[in-house]
Amino acid sequence: MKIAVCIKRVPDMEQRFKIAGSGTAVDETGLKYAMSDFDEWAVEAALQLNEKHGGGELVVISLGPDAVQETMRKALAMGADRGIQLKTDAIPFDGLAVAHALAAELKDGGYDLILLGKLAVDNASGVTGPMVAELLGLPCVSAVSRLDVEGGRGRAERALEGAVEVVEFPLPAVVTVDQGLVIQARYPALKGIMAAKKKPLEVKPAQLGEATVSVTKMELPPERAPGRILGEGAATVPELVRLLREEAKVL
Amino acid sequence: MANVFAFAETRGGELRKVGLETVTAARRIADAMGGGEVHAMLVGAPGVEKHSAALAAHGADVVIVVADAALSDYSPEVVAATAAARISAGGYRAGVFSASAQGLDLAPRVAAKLGVGLASDAIAVDVAGDSITVRHPMNTNKLFATITIAGTPALLSLRPGAVLPVANAKAGTVEAVAPAMDPAQARVKVVEMREGASGKLDLAEAPVIVAGGRGLKAAENFKLVEDLADAFGNAAVGATRAVTDDGWRPHSEQIGQTGRTVSPNLYVAVGISGAIQHLAGMRSSKTIVAINKDKDAPIFKVADYGIVGDAFEIVPALTAAVREARREG
Repeated sequence: MKIAVCIKRVPDMEQRFKIAGSGTAVDETGLKYAMSDFDEWAVEAALQLNEKHGGGELVVISLGPDAVQETMRKALAMGADRGIQLKTDAIPFDGLAVAHALAAELKDGGYDLILLGKLAVDNASGVTGPMVAELLGLPCVSAVSRLDVEGGRGRAERALEGAVEVVEFPLPAVVTVDQGLVIQARYPALKGIMAAKKKPLEVKPAQLGEATVSVTKMELPPERAPGRILGEGAATVPELVRLLREEAKVL
Repeated sequence: MANVFAFAETRGGELRKVGLETVTAARRIADAMGGGEVHAMLVGAPGVEKHSAALAAHGADVVIVVADAALSDYSPEVVAATAAARISAGGYRAGVFSASAQGLDLAPRVAAKLGVGLASDAIAVDVAGDSITVRHPMNTNKLFATITIAGTPALLSLRPGAVLPVANAKAGTVEAVAPAMDPAQARVKVVEMREGASGKLDLAEAPVIVAGGRGLKAAENFKLVEDLADAFGNAAVGATRAVTDDGWRPHSEQIGQTGRTVSPNLYVAVGISGAIQHLAGMRSSKTIVAINKDKDAPIFKVADYGIVGDAFEIVPALTAAVREARREG
């Protein structure tokens, strides 16, 4: 199968964030970056699908400044065949603006399957995948935790609140990846890392859509009161229960 | 005066609580903008119109009923086409969806069809003059963004539980509408629904969550966590990524950066050290209790109440005490 995976470069979440002087964005000074987890699983899922069916091609697409090439090299080291950077100065917050650029690139790509993470762990909006599908007029299944493809058709499972929905759909299609679809993304082997340096990486201008939503203020969460240890062992349980009733009023 | 559209989610013919939440939020937006009408859309198999009264009771002036035998399960393409057609024809100022599994699938499709802005996963909605903004947690709850939605209609999806249903009776005039596309033409079809244990609360809806980590040592020891959840009576069970990766618990119970983000009234962490990955999913809980044998575990830094010690001794004692406390009322 010819599969495209759209990946996003995001700040590593295990960092302390600061607000930029503008008050509407993160201060990027000194931040470390990584591929969004769900996108990494999407790359892994695509590799597994092509391994299972023998052959195929895997193209990774990433929108953003030149720094996203580093993120794409990781996907190439994992086993993707080539990369396409949709170049912009910055990654817009608006999913619809991004979806327009991705759809413009994907439209004539002849892909059987287009995968995206169900959300990017920084913006946490989860809108881009279904928007891309709508713009392309393709069937879409979002947040799948299981996916089988056979004979031009797909079967996927989606976790709902307290239930699982099983859906079937024809290819080509857009699928967004939830946790559970793959156990873990593979670590690139040294051989893969070396090979990735020679794999083709094309750079094109991103055809962004107009922004329809924007961040007008960014804040840090209110500080939590520092933790309090009540005591040790089961003897502390009555005091805990008293506090849950009288102070926290949750019992 | 501005009319507002609300999508009232159903599943298996039943109205979900998030359906009343979207109507409540839509009512507030309409009232803040001069008291326009709220039009709530209900989609399902014939019979779904029975929920119109509940929507009216929570502020719907009009209930748009889309009833079709082929719509007993969620059909993303048909519902998106029908909602988009109505929003486009209705001249609404705003459209409110839920950021549930169904709503997160539906709202972006509608936004793309209409080419309008969507603010996803809002935990609060604000109207100032003619401007609609929402508050949205980002970067695993480490940042909070205020999002402004340009243009009309402004679409938003509301995190389950962010707005509680409030009664505010309106006429709820029922208007039957045909699906905007033939359900037989839909390409994505639900072929099976597997319900979880009946009566089991979902993490998003439970006021109390009892979560377990590696400190429980083995899958079967989650019985302790389940018993405590059972004692609270209104609790759901959660787990850390280490535990779900090991297959002790299903991935659907994972709380954290790559799992569910929850903010219950009470979160009880049992045998959880408090990796940043996990804290990302639960640090906005109102009250946090931690039980861990390591007094230096990071979970104690965010816990309102911590007990250091052996979970196998403390949790059964807590379970008994909670049962006792609830019996006393």
